[in-house]
Amino acid sequence: MHDTPDPGDRGDAVCVVGAGASGLAAIKSLREQGFAVDCYERETSVGGAWNWRHDRSPIYSGTHLISSRPLTEFPDFPMPDTWPDYPHHSKVLEYLERYAKHFRLDQDIWFGMEVSSAVPAGDGKWDVTIRSTGGGSSRVQRYAAIVVANGHNWSPAAFEAPGDFTGQVIHASAYKDPARLRGRKVLVVGGGNTGCDIAVEAAQQATRVWHSTRRGYWLAPKYVFGRPADQVNDRLLRWGLPLRLRQWLYRRTVKLTSGDLTRYGLAEPDHRPYESHPIVNSQLPYYLGHGTIEPVPDVERYDGASVILTDGTKIEPDLVITATGYRPRFDFLAPELLDTDEDGRPDLHLHAFARRHPTLAVIGLLQPDSGVFPLAHWQSVAVARWLRLRVTDPERAAAVQQKESTRPVQSWSRRRVIPTQRHWFEVDHVDYLRSVEGLLNEMGSVR
Amino acid sequence: MKSDLVRFEDWTDPVPPAAREVVSRLPEDDIGHPPLLFVPGTSSPSFAEHWLGHAAGRGFSSYALSPRPGGDLRAQVHDTVQVAASLPRQAVLIGHGLGALVVARALGRYPARAAVLTAPVLSGWAVARAFSLFSRPVLPAPAGDPPVLVAGSPDDRAVKRKALDRAAAGYGGAPLLFPGMGHDLMLEEGWEEPIDAILDWLEKQLPMPGH
Repeated sequence: MHDTPDPGDRGDAVCVVGAGASGLAAIKSLREQGFAVDCYERETSVGGAWNWRHDRSPIYSGTHLISSRPLTEFPDFPMPDTWPDYPHHSKVLEYLERYAKHFRLDQDIWFGMEVSSAVPAGDGKWDVTIRSTGGGSSRVQRYAAIVVANGHNWSPAAFEAPGDFTGQVIHASAYKDPARLRGRKVLVVGGGNTGCDIAVEAAQQATRVWHSTRRGYWLAPKYVFGRPADQVNDRLLRWGLPLRLRQWLYRRTVKLTSGDLTRYGLAEPDHRPYESHPIVNSQLPYYLGHGTIEPVPDVERYDGASVILTDGTKIEPDLVITATGYRPRFDFLAPELLDTDEDGRPDLHLHAFARRHPTLAVIGLLQPDSGVFPLAHWQSVAVARWLRLRVTDPERAAAVQQKESTRPVQSWSRRRVIPTQRHWFEVDHVDYLRSVEGLLNEMGSVR
Repeated sequence: MKSDLVRFEDWTDPVPPAAREVVSRLPEDDIGHPPLLFVPGTSSPSFAEHWLGHAAGRGFSSYALSPRPGGDLRAQVHDTVQVAASLPRQAVLIGHGLGALVVARALGRYPARAAVLTAPVLSGWAVARAFSLFSRPVLPAPAGDPPVLVAGSPDDRAVKRKALDRAAAGYGGAPLLFPGMGHDLMLEEGWEEPIDAILDWLEKQLPMPGH
């Protein structure tokens, strides 16, 4: 740096936003490609969403993985093989902390600093404004590229219902401890993994539990035939069974394991298996069978102490927990940089590469049918390789970009999913990884 | 289609855990050197006799993994990566004989800080017999592109000079040679010379604090 006239110009260094799992993977890959890296993390420790100490963490005390260990770990840094199939969130944090320490990633992380804006500065460079999380003065630094890994499970999607409610309403992000449910009448809104988990915890603690879902989902158990369900599913993929056959097998397997859930009053799924994000919960059917969870339809409105449901039923919970998910947010980037549409969905090549800004990439903006870490790892490898190729062989880089731009979206993003707010970045892990591998091969080396 | 990203075998049939035997010799002060993980082959003599203590004396935390009894190549690679990932910092992998094949395969799965293949047995009858493999094992591109050194003796009767050259060329280098020695570099008279040369090479390859 001593020969750069401007102290704010970091030369060829790359800026990484966030030190969660995706940011850590990005730092590691960029470094392997020889880049200097400055990573900014608004919290004072690594782990992002998986660090329950972070005020934006969506973790509740009972959170366990819903994908099994082999389908969740980084491909080049396995979790200990003595760990359980579905480790607790505290183990996942321990794993990320060990990953950061093992590869000395913390040397490149500036803790307690957040990025408040990033604007193109010409020639592929970025002017990044950084300030300390607690406020205070800010500074601008210039980087050769910016890799965004700010997570997508921290900004709660609001649940709107007309009317006034005299009871308490909280978003699932504010739910941490089952003690909060003890002795209360609880309505859980939302049929995703979090909604189902909280409904089960409520069944163990609350005096009465209603679980409101908008549609019927395919509820997979955590184990089938004595193996983690995702491992069994990947065996079908390994055998190359066509989607229709897998859908048929899925229906059969769910019938034989979870059973017919409409018997308990749940709605029939309005879509085929594999057309929505996998919901994995073995305990929900158990508590439905005990009658401790009462399935109910969508909420229509609040009315004083009551909640009116779409079938006209009136219930009187004293706590409503809305497990209505999260929205990705990139407040520090102008929407057009990521080609973000009016619903807040960026349009990125492989959900990672900005189409008009070759030195801007996003890591981990995916909802796969596996853990995210393996995909974030290979995205990071591809982004780092790409940034290196731009420097060493611009002609080839241009050819790769040309070829990649013709790749149809259907080849790497899910072909057919239900049209909801959350499903636009749903990917099939096998198809997705094959597409990233295609890009890596284009660039000349899989490393 | 053979894929390096889609790892069905690891996902659907993970190697079951086993008790792993790891002996270690640690230096008195941590001077910032990366840890060394020694991986012997099934018929290699122990690294613990001389090399482990010697490397610790030069400031390297040194660990040696015993091969899992009855473990196939995949299980041994798995154990190597598991132990490497359990060390506090990014490790250097050092294999001997068939253990060098295990290391060469583990390099595709774990981004080692560096790797050393001593008297490497990477193909042929010994491999076929030890692992019931009847095709030449494929050596993956090392993850993270670490420096890789091949070391051996031109007078080794088990691993000929030509095999050393070929192995080294695969990693874009030439072998480091210790004439007059046999296959078991870590046990024979003059065992200090190869381990010192390997540690010198490591110190030169890796920028370390205090050097």
